[in-house]
Amino acid sequence: MNGLTFDIAHLLAGSLVLISFMMLYQDRLFALINVFALHAVVLALSVAWQAYIQDAHHLYITAAIALVFKAIVIPVGLHRIIQRLGIHRDIETAVGIGPTMLAGIGLVTLSMVLMLRVTPEADPLAREDLAFALSIILLGLLVMVTRRNAVSQVVGFMSLENGLVLAATGAKGMPLVVEISVAFSILIAFIVIGVFLFRIRERFDSVDVGALDDYRGERR
Amino acid sequence: MSGFSFDAVAAILFIPAAAAAILAALPNYKMTAMVNVIASLLTLLAALSLFVTERPAPGQYLIVDDLNIVFIVLNTFVGFTTSVFSASYIAHELETGRLTAPNLRFYHAMYQIMMFGMNLAFVSNNIGLMWVAVELATLTTVLMVGIYRTHEALEAAWKYFILGSVGIALALFGTILVYMAAQPVVGEGTNAMVWSVLIEKAAHFDPALLSVAFIFLLLGYGTKVGLAPLHAWLPDAHAEGPTPISAVLSGLLLNVALYAVLRFKLLLAASPQAIGPGPLMVTMGLTSLIFAAFMLYRRRDIKRLFAYSSIEHMGIIVFAFGMGGPLANFAGLLHMVMHSLTKSAIFFAVGHIAQVKGTQKISEIRGLTESHPGLGWALVIGVVAIAGLPPLGIFMSEFLVVSSTFARYPWLAIPLVFGLLIAFGALLLRLTGLAFGDPRGGMAPVEASYVPMYSHLALVFAAGIYLPAPLVAWFQHVAGILG
Repeated sequence: MNGLTFDIAHLLAGSLVLISFMMLYQDRLFALINVFALHAVVLALSVAWQAYIQDAHHLYITAAIALVFKAIVIPVGLHRIIQRLGIHRDIETAVGIGPTMLAGIGLVTLSMVLMLRVTPEADPLAREDLAFALSIILLGLLVMVTRRNAVSQVVGFMSLENGLVLAATGAKGMPLVVEISVAFSILIAFIVIGVFLFRIRERFDSVDVGALDDYRGERR
Repeated sequence: MSGFSFDAVAAILFIPAAAAAILAALPNYKMTAMVNVIASLLTLLAALSLFVTERPAPGQYLIVDDLNIVFIVLNTFVGFTTSVFSASYIAHELETGRLTAPNLRFYHAMYQIMMFGMNLAFVSNNIGLMWVAVELATLTTVLMVGIYRTHEALEAAWKYFILGSVGIALALFGTILVYMAAQPVVGEGTNAMVWSVLIEKAAHFDPALLSVAFIFLLLGYGTKVGLAPLHAWLPDAHAEGPTPISAVLSGLLLNVALYAVLRFKLLLAASPQAIGPGPLMVTMGLTSLIFAAFMLYRRRDIKRLFAYSSIEHMGIIVFAFGMGGPLANFAGLLHMVMHSLTKSAIFFAVGHIAQVKGTQKISEIRGLTESHPGLGWALVIGVVAIAGLPPLGIFMSEFLVVSSTFARYPWLAIPLVFGLLIAFGALLLRLTGLAFGDPRGGMAPVEASYVPMYSHLALVFAAGIYLPAPLVAWFQHVAGILG
């Protein structure tokens, strides 16, 4: 493995983790979406770089999907939705930013310790990609649990999914990567934006998931 | 694939897919309900033909072996009976205006897509394809849970979607890790995701990586099974969706996820240095059982009550498979089949009950055996069966689970029996209120379809009295495969 190619891959994957951290402390919806768009751009670069060094041309499709769909279409769509719903106010975080950041650091440490320990024999590039990917997945989960707002939960889920794409492209020669990234994009486009936000707005005039809690069945 | 001009595997997949396309195009709801039933029946026949036709050799994507035939036949059978129940249930929903004709078109198309996804998950030999199929089946049920578009239904669907997606993501990460473990041994490309190739070479995989992969897979697919710390979506999704969907969720979708866990458990068992999957599954199973047993006491909603009972029974099944060994695996398989049949029959009864009474609240339903004897007694038999009373089938499978636990790990039998007794008490307590006493609530006569529920209950009863020898031999063989 050429030192430079390795370093570039490492840099891109590392920046993804860093951007995931940036998502943790955003307290405005628009800012959160912009950070997510940045996340998607870096993911596209990282996947394209993997496609180049592995000489796997089908991965360029995944990179293109990440760039066009996740970095442009979804953020623009979410901006529109937020404006239409009139919810461009502060994000109601369920947990404060300080504890969230500490938890994030803990999760990254955990995933590094875990993944680097169990993969001593794997290809070093794939190994570090995997460790970074797990960090991104866990940070995405953290975003989802610390936000009460449906839009930011969706953003958390999408960043989590970026981590999965990173792991899948890092695993050399893995089949179905393109199919999986397409499936995920369809999932996000269809379910989240089309059905749920529309209906949740229609019924509640709010996309605050906290409002939904009042209707929990047992309290009737 | 096989030398026959009729390819059963293709039929199992093609019929639901084609039916979904037809159903999406048909406007008339009576006709779509019919088409739905017919398509489900044809799929069942195709599944049954797997017993007699020659099996195709495992390919890169599809496989038929002794293990998944049991699951496919059970799946298509309950799919068929549920479609019959659904036809009468849906007619009532349309009359009361809870659903509209376009809703129903969507509903029926989704029903067949869900059947397609579940069948695909069972026959897939490729762990990536299996993941896609489980995801597809889950997403269609998310859409169907939210179909009433009430506050509760939307909350349930949203919760199900979010937790299901997290489960999906963890399972995919586990799948990628399995590929990473396989890739140095099997080589790059599709072969490193083909289950029948993986199982042959699993002994040479990196055990640490495989162990971590299994933990992710167990958590990911375990979310779908409804195992205890990850079960939060399950009661809501069962309570707020249409009842036919509750029946297939409990009876079938939980089995699909369980099947995925079992496939990976086999992989792990083939690698001697990896962690044993048993203790993890036993712990999660017992936790689910005891937790759900206590939760049964505080339910006020009849569908929620039986949803928690599903968590309880999935706990027992995962516990049995986690213990392993021929007897416990046999018991687990039998319990899974019995639970699917009984629980879907209960939901059929509950669906009609909720319709005639106009409520799902337990406190507002009383004296069913007097006001609606057909439904009331079906519920009584179903609950007696699910609580594990003799002579019905679940008694036998629970008895086998308990006795094999006593024989091998006597200490584990204590929490197991404790959980079973707690759940037993809760179910009988609720049943007496629901079924006996002075009738309360709506008294309108009911146009129920009794055939699906009583045929399920008859099968469960028959299994409790006598299991045919070929069936026992088949189950023993499958239990042997499961190790």
